[in-house]
Amino acid sequence: MIAHKSGSLTFFTPEAVDGASAHFFDAGVSAGFPSPAEDFKEQRLSLDEELVKNKEATFYAKVSGQSMIGAGLDDNDLLVIDRSLEPTNNKIAVCFLDGEFTVKRLRVSNGEVWLQPENPDYPIIHITEENNFLIWGIVTNVIKKV
Amino acid sequence: MYALVDCNNFYASCERVFNPNLQGKPIAILSNNDGCVISRSDEAKALNLPMGAPIFKWESFCKSNHIHVLSSNYPLYGDMSSRVMSILKQFTPDAEVYSIDESFLQFKGFENFNFDDYGNQIRKRVLKWTGIPTSVGIAPTKALSKVANKIARKFPKQTKGVYVIDSEEKRIKALKWIKIEDVWGIGRRLAKRLKEKGCYTAFHFTQLPDEWVRKTFSITEWKLQKDLQGIPTLQLDEVKDKQAIATTRSFEYTFSDIDNIKERVSTFASSCAEKLRKQGSSCYVIIVTLSSDRHKKDLEQHRASTSVNLSYPTNSSLIISNCAVSAVMSIFKTGIKYKRAGVIVTGLVPVDNFQLNIFEHENPKHQPLMQAIDSMNSKYKNYKIKIGNQDLKRTWKMRQERLSPRYTTNINDIIKVKC
Repeated sequence: MIAHKSGSLTFFTPEAVDGASAHFFDAGVSAGFPSPAEDFKEQRLSLDEELVKNKEATFYAKVSGQSMIGAGLDDNDLLVIDRSLEPTNNKIAVCFLDGEFTVKRLRVSNGEVWLQPENPDYPIIHITEENNFLIWGIVTNVIKKV
Repeated sequence: MYALVDCNNFYASCERVFNPNLQGKPIAILSNNDGCVISRSDEAKALNLPMGAPIFKWESFCKSNHIHVLSSNYPLYGDMSSRVMSILKQFTPDAEVYSIDESFLQFKGFENFNFDDYGNQIRKRVLKWTGIPTSVGIAPTKALSKVANKIARKFPKQTKGVYVIDSEEKRIKALKWIKIEDVWGIGRRLAKRLKEKGCYTAFHFTQLPDEWVRKTFSITEWKLQKDLQGIPTLQLDEVKDKQAIATTRSFEYTFSDIDNIKERVSTFASSCAEKLRKQGSSCYVIIVTLSSDRHKKDLEQHRASTSVNLSYPTNSSLIISNCAVSAVMSIFKTGIKYKRAGVIVTGLVPVDNFQLNIFEHENPKHQPLMQAIDSMNSKYKNYKIKIGNQDLKRTWKMRQERLSPRYTTNINDIIKVKC
């Protein structure tokens, strides 16, 4: 339909048609046999989901040293730390002790705290009032290169 | 009820999480390029280190007062901020991120809650999970929650970081305590005008006749007055797209040659274009600014800015960069030592909703090209793909001599634990 005509230009407007519609096939139309796996599709495994339960509270750290080899923590391993977990007896924790980060197993009894290494060559550390001590987070997983 | 949750000394607190040795010590964070102080811990404030202090003038002061001076570490602050914000969203479905370190929460249908307890839970969870201390102010309106927050922050011992205004008595007491210039939304100029009228506290402001406020000021001040009177008028904002996007930086040296300036402006323009594409906007207006070093008073000074209006909106790096470069050439003066340039894009429209121009339009190849560039740059990092007039070897070349590691966003920068 011609809407407007000037010396050099002619404008057209499209005509609207009611009731003209098409069906949408979600699965697509193909000529071959439909995939028998289509109905059984699942989410692919994700290590992130396995290792990180609380992503807002999860941080990572790198191990340096030998004091926890008995617990499977070797030099250069990657630690997954969850700060939202409560520090309780027997948990492995990243602590801030007298100016540096360290990782040890927590021993809590009668209101006293010890940091226990997992290597007989290292001493057990008794935490006292004199220490500048903070439990920073709980180790949930160790990731190592092989 | 509304809550305003504010992270205390946010930038300094982020640094302290990963370096607990800084706990209780004075910290100052510098602007991009290590220019001036943009954030101070309470301890640094107590030493009277001023906000905005140019560090080259305050270097010896910081040294003799043992102030830890750090470059701003935005990858770290950004990540910690998004952790805090998503924890806050666990407490209510209605949350508005107000800034990098502040969030408004709205509690609709929480009438039976004990807000002292709830505020405490919020504070505790954020502190335990992220290590960031916060102050929580809770009140019947947004503006009052800001006031309550100020009280929580100012009196940590009495409030334990949480203050609730839940009675008329508390509201009046709070309003009488807060100075008019400290009220949210009252700018310096407005505060001066109000003080001339004998209005020194928020309480005085709420006592001004409604009709007079509406006539003398704008609707914003009237709404603010209602909010402070305890009548909720300011609503929770939806997260809005930005209305202007800017990339402005100081150079690491001064430049007096046009080539270096063209390169910088092109880089800033490409960064603006990329930010536009990220939020799904296009722009109609490009503003370019150029200025000499205002601290070097002995040198000839020059500051200029100009703007380009486009006949169609775009977010193509090619077009924005070209326009910005020709704009900067028009204001460039030979013989001036330039220290700073900036590109600002405004007149923003959503990409899928703008007025088409029949006679001029963007080359349709630009959109897929930009998409390809963006996805490659995000995959390979450090801007492997650039426009021809950009220097391949530099991005910001920011001076960041005292930058802490990117503890949460770079695997090589994570904390080391002795074992």
